[in-house]
Amino acid sequence: MRHGKYPFIVGFLFLPIVLYVGLVLWPYAQTFGYSLTDWSGASQEMNFIGLDNYTRLLDDEVFGGALLHNLLLLVLLPIVTILIALFFAFMLNVGGKGGTGGVQGVRGAGFYKVVFFFPQVLSIAILAVLWGAVYRTDGSGLANGVLIKLGLVDAGDPVQWLSDPGLVLWCVLAVLVWSGVGFYLVLFSAAMQSIPKDIYEAALLDGSGRGQTFFRITLPLLWETVQTAWVYLAIVAMDAFALVSSITPGAYFGGGPDHHSEIISTYLMRSFLRNGEAGYACAMGVVIFFFTLILSIVSLWATKRDKIEY
Amino acid sequence: MTTVDKAASLPGQRTGGRPTDRTQRFADGGVLNVFSHGFLALWAAMIVLPLAWVVLGSFKTDAQINGSAWSWPASFGFDAFGRAWEKGIGGFFLNTLIVLAGSLTLTMLLGSMAAYVLARYEFRGNKVIYYLFVAGSMFPVYLALVPLFFMVRNLGEISPLLGLNSYLGLILVYVAYSLPFTVFFMYSFFRTLPTAVHEAAMLDGCSHTRAFFQIMVPMAKPGLISVGIFNVLGQWNQYILPVTLMQPTTAGEADHSMLAQGLVNLALQSGYKSDAPALFAGMTIAMLPVLVVYLSFQRQVQSGLTSATLK
Repeated sequence: MRHGKYPFIVGFLFLPIVLYVGLVLWPYAQTFGYSLTDWSGASQEMNFIGLDNYTRLLDDEVFGGALLHNLLLLVLLPIVTILIALFFAFMLNVGGKGGTGGVQGVRGAGFYKVVFFFPQVLSIAILAVLWGAVYRTDGSGLANGVLIKLGLVDAGDPVQWLSDPGLVLWCVLAVLVWSGVGFYLVLFSAAMQSIPKDIYEAALLDGSGRGQTFFRITLPLLWETVQTAWVYLAIVAMDAFALVSSITPGAYFGGGPDHHSEIISTYLMRSFLRNGEAGYACAMGVVIFFFTLILSIVSLWATKRDKIEY
Repeated sequence: MTTVDKAASLPGQRTGGRPTDRTQRFADGGVLNVFSHGFLALWAAMIVLPLAWVVLGSFKTDAQINGSAWSWPASFGFDAFGRAWEKGIGGFFLNTLIVLAGSLTLTMLLGSMAAYVLARYEFRGNKVIYYLFVAGSMFPVYLALVPLFFMVRNLGEISPLLGLNSYLGLILVYVAYSLPFTVFFMYSFFRTLPTAVHEAAMLDGCSHTRAFFQIMVPMAKPGLISVGIFNVLGQWNQYILPVTLMQPTTAGEADHSMLAQGLVNLALQSGYKSDAPALFAGMTIAMLPVLVVYLSFQRQVQSGLTSATLK
């Protein structure tokens, strides 16, 4: 058994570790270092400037706005997506007519699950181009087209979806929810299916209604999955780069109109690749890092509950 | 069951406060069924309508697309698809396939090798290396973006094959960033596999390497498929890494854009300004293969993605 064990271990671990440390861990570590310099990114020249980049971030109004938009998405995206996905999952698994056949989902549950999951397999960049066309500001975009057809919007004065400072962030949120619901619906469905049917049947026999069944049985038993979903959606909300940079107006990575849809990742990329402020961009990266760290700790702590065995 | 009661007592009170006749109507499901079917059908329409609209758009004329959103294509020809393909979609498609083939193979191979050794062999530093891998999946890629760009550029000075705008460079970066999750998932999978078969093979004089490839990998197939699907979608959907790393450094250098990146560029720049049908055709070309794969394997895709997330 012992023969050749260590050469084997080293042989198997060598390449993965070299790649991982070289291309992931080392750049992560470097970011912290660069964030303390005035490096432009274009030349080799850099000077140590301490925490100047961070104090500058505090006064940067664009960054403050971006942070605020990220926070808004961080709160709203998980809440809206999880609520809709839970509602649909409950319908598809236990929302059907009870009585004769015990507990079952509504008719066509399989079909809905397949269709709702569609956006999840499409690249976010393709979704971005798609929604860019849907949100066109003239009457030929699908969103305006539907509203005009329904008589809710005047054809001569269509909604300025992405060019309206008050609407643009909501448009982004809508796309994120639209594309995410299907995945979390399937995730919650899988968790619901592992709940034994007799628990539901016992509850129904005892005369509990659907609302009660949901809040007293399904939700508590599903809590761990909801928690996982929350963390994943929070990561999506901190990112959102592909979508914002490609559907919102503004040269170099979107964020417009007038920074009304600016998020940290778009501002970071612009500072780095356009403005030649690599050190400053790194400082933003570090802020995202601490944000994510605090976020995962808080969400794990806040959603902690006793594990239920069944 | 005490735990259940305790956890549910709060929201439960809210439901209990409702008038009883409404609760009764909820119980037989009739009202709720109409209500919920309405919502389900509405959401299904919201998913299908934009996709169908894009596919139809690739058959329309430019004037039709810029007119009412509800026009029906005058004829069903494939001109727009040909124009989209010529405008670079064909090349982007090929680039994506090349990178995906390389990165997927390497990710699965290196990821399961590392996970296997970490899961089934005792040695010094075992746990440290494992947790180092796990930690990597927690942080957003933005954190590393700036240094990564320069690292890949410097690699390009050693060999142009590895630098910016090179297939191999991007493949290695994809592999590196897919490793944490792959190792994390396969680690727990290898731990659950029985030791008996492996031990028997070792007694018969099978080498460690052979035992891995001929015994453990076949046994780990279900896990490999789950991670594989996860990685295919993740790497296919990757956007920020190619945007940063796959830009021509000198004028005239070949454009190695990935499909998603190329499509966005064409949509943003003037590439399609005068040719909206070609943009819609490009989107259709980019969506179709994924949708076909998804529809044929939807059960595996759904269960693979869910189990990958829940582990």
